[in-house]
Amino acid sequence: MLTYTLRRLASAVPTVLVIITLTFFMIRLAPGGPFDLERPLDPLIMANLEKAYNLDAPLWSQYLTYLGNLLHGDLGPSFTRRDFSVNELFAVGMPVSILLGGLALVTAVVLGTLLGAWAALRQNTGVDYAVVGLATFGITTPTFVVAPLLSLTFGVVLGILPAGGWSNANPAYWVLPIVTLALPQVAVIARLVRGATIEALRSNHVRTARAYGLPTRIVVGVHALRAAMLPAVSYLGPTAAGLLTGSVVVETIFGIPGIGRYFVQGALGRDYTLVMGMIVVIALFIIVFNLLVDLAYAWLDPRVRFD
Amino acid sequence: MKFAAARTGLLALALLSGTSTLASADVVLRLGNDTDPATLDQHKTSTVAESRLLRDLYEGLVAEDAAGKIIPGSALSWEISDDGLTYTFHMREDARWSNGDPVTADDFLFTFRRIMNPATAAGYASVLFPILNAEAVAKGERQAGDLGVAAPDPQTLVITLNAPTPYFLQLLTHQTGLPLHPATVESFGDAFTKPGNLVSNGAFVLESFVPNDKIVMRKNPQFHDAANVQVDEVQWIPFEDRSACLRRFEAGEVHTCSDVPAEQMKYMKENLPEALRIAPYLGTYYLPVKVAKPEFADPRVRQAISMLIDRDFIADEVWQGTMLPAYALVPPGIDNYVENPPELDYAKADLLDREDAAIALLQEAGVDPATLDIQLSYNSSENHRNTMAAISDMLSNVGIESSLNEMEGTGYFNYLREGGDFDIVRAGWIGDYSDPQNFLYLNETGVSFNYSKWSNEAYDAKMRAASQETDLDERAKLLAEAEAIYLAEVPTIPILFYSSRALVSDQISGYEDNLLDHHATRWLSLNQ
Repeated sequence: MLTYTLRRLASAVPTVLVIITLTFFMIRLAPGGPFDLERPLDPLIMANLEKAYNLDAPLWSQYLTYLGNLLHGDLGPSFTRRDFSVNELFAVGMPVSILLGGLALVTAVVLGTLLGAWAALRQNTGVDYAVVGLATFGITTPTFVVAPLLSLTFGVVLGILPAGGWSNANPAYWVLPIVTLALPQVAVIARLVRGATIEALRSNHVRTARAYGLPTRIVVGVHALRAAMLPAVSYLGPTAAGLLTGSVVVETIFGIPGIGRYFVQGALGRDYTLVMGMIVVIALFIIVFNLLVDLAYAWLDPRVRFD
Repeated sequence: MKFAAARTGLLALALLSGTSTLASADVVLRLGNDTDPATLDQHKTSTVAESRLLRDLYEGLVAEDAAGKIIPGSALSWEISDDGLTYTFHMREDARWSNGDPVTADDFLFTFRRIMNPATAAGYASVLFPILNAEAVAKGERQAGDLGVAAPDPQTLVITLNAPTPYFLQLLTHQTGLPLHPATVESFGDAFTKPGNLVSNGAFVLESFVPNDKIVMRKNPQFHDAANVQVDEVQWIPFEDRSACLRRFEAGEVHTCSDVPAEQMKYMKENLPEALRIAPYLGTYYLPVKVAKPEFADPRVRQAISMLIDRDFIADEVWQGTMLPAYALVPPGIDNYVENPPELDYAKADLLDREDAAIALLQEAGVDPATLDIQLSYNSSENHRNTMAAISDMLSNVGIESSLNEMEGTGYFNYLREGGDFDIVRAGWIGDYSDPQNFLYLNETGVSFNYSKWSNEAYDAKMRAASQETDLDERAKLLAEAEAIYLAEVPTIPILFYSSRALVSDQISGYEDNLLDHHATRWLSLNQ
């Protein structure tokens, strides 16, 4: 298992390198640059700025410099937020995004699994229809509709939660963003778990367990659900990476200082280093979580072995 | 003993109730801003959102009162020489930096030299180019010592100009004119803008800056007018999503919004009539025409197109009354201008009559409307799209065909400046200072913002004459004559004047609408 993990991590290095290289050169293809404003800069001022940010060097040399700095963990200065380095921006924003995304993820897994399993055990009853209906609603209603609605209802009309803003210390500010982030994930996980549980309940090993006379609690909880979790777990890999690196919609609507907005702000402002930084972070999260998913598979399904 | 016990009890109480007991004595304002600043280094900023923050942190030689009128700032008084070329400022003796250092003429000398230093790469240094040799210094053609700024003693600053510039004091209120604390800049370099490092001389000092969250400023006890500053803490919150600000305003979480969601104008007019502030603003929304193209070369064709545009409809329906119809380039209420500025002569004519006149003009020019096929380009935005769609519809009333061409915002203005192949485009101009020259120079030959690439010798001559004229009334007349030449040719078609739009809580007093939309927090107070 350890050898497997190490081998997987080692094989991730070339993947990340390819991603970085592609992004580095692709973003330079976009028209305009970080210092193109509505008012043109004097050519001399532009030259000075480009020099200060090493943008006057040949592209290949900028690329090598970037890789060299990256090896030291330095993501470079931000072009559009010039009082901060990309590292500083991430140091402030990442804990916020990870906190929100993490709590949304836990909520989604717990609620989604419970609802999915419940619906599967009460297949074709009112409960089942209610869960499936709720899941369809959760999947089809976009976040940019849910977020303002929640903010309006609970923040403006009822006045029981903040309509927006952020506090690291006061969980009241976390509730609405977490609900918004978790809702579509609860829906997807509930559907996945429901389908897989129905299938597992009909499978040979569950029938055998029942034949042994094991109590339903054990049959469902240990034998059926364990198998039913597999599709949900493989879905969770990329989803977790997405949730933990922040959501541009939720962060903009609720005014949250996470890192999710930097992807869009960086791309629109041609903030090359900020976009690169986000790509590196997201790539790392996806690689780590895909690895975790594979490891979880081995634990959930005794037939899977890596050695 | 008894004393001590009581004190311990109080302390315990304060600790139990957290910081709220301590903070309740403080007046805290939460103000919505358009966006985060790119930097708090005034020499490297360019946007309105940044100017709001910097005006709270720093005080220039002159300042502005709540109505936007110029008042003494770090300089208590000044004299202007008869030829209008030399300004002598006398520094305020009680002006202090937030660390207690006196604010001196040498600090301003340092500041002006820094912004003109090519190594600073200050993108907006051109605002101060009226200062003698400033442009040459900024371009590295002359030494810093040649700049027309001198500090003969710590209390006196002398600024010499290239030419009489009646709006020079207005220029000094721009963020490029705000001073820097030389010792801090020299010891921290670029990091002087960090909370903790930043030393300022305005009503407030920087406390913290969390990107995408808020910028917190505390009252500066060293400020010379601190006794009259009512606010202890300002929290500037960036809102890229205007609707989010509206919601938080309604929830009582912010006291002001610097902008409002245009699509919810009706709702705000009905439900927040007192809080909604719509006031004339120093800006024009206009349509440059590519005059080099044969179909637009004849001024009569451009005038006909202009006549067909129903400005009232666009202002009231598309922009929900947040813009005003425009029949001139220079916005009304501007300083240093004539009493009755020129405007297009059909400003008050009935639209149907205008349509007939437009057809007649086209006929006179020998152009069949059906042969025109105009591409209307604009940078992505719902309101720009709706504006252009409405115009396209108005043109079709006389049989002129047109199509819409939406372009991504980044690079759009580069495209306009660098002679992009457009027919008619959308552009907007917000004045940097309250003077007609700031709008009229957009039509001068060779100016990079002259998107239409129109070139008119008579116009350029009037502008040159105005720039040499020291008599304000004579100068205003020359500028008005230039605008009349422009209006006769409409190389760009003015259609709307901007207005500022804000939400201001009834708990706030001291907020006065003004043409510049400047509202320094030092004039605000909170009624509790």
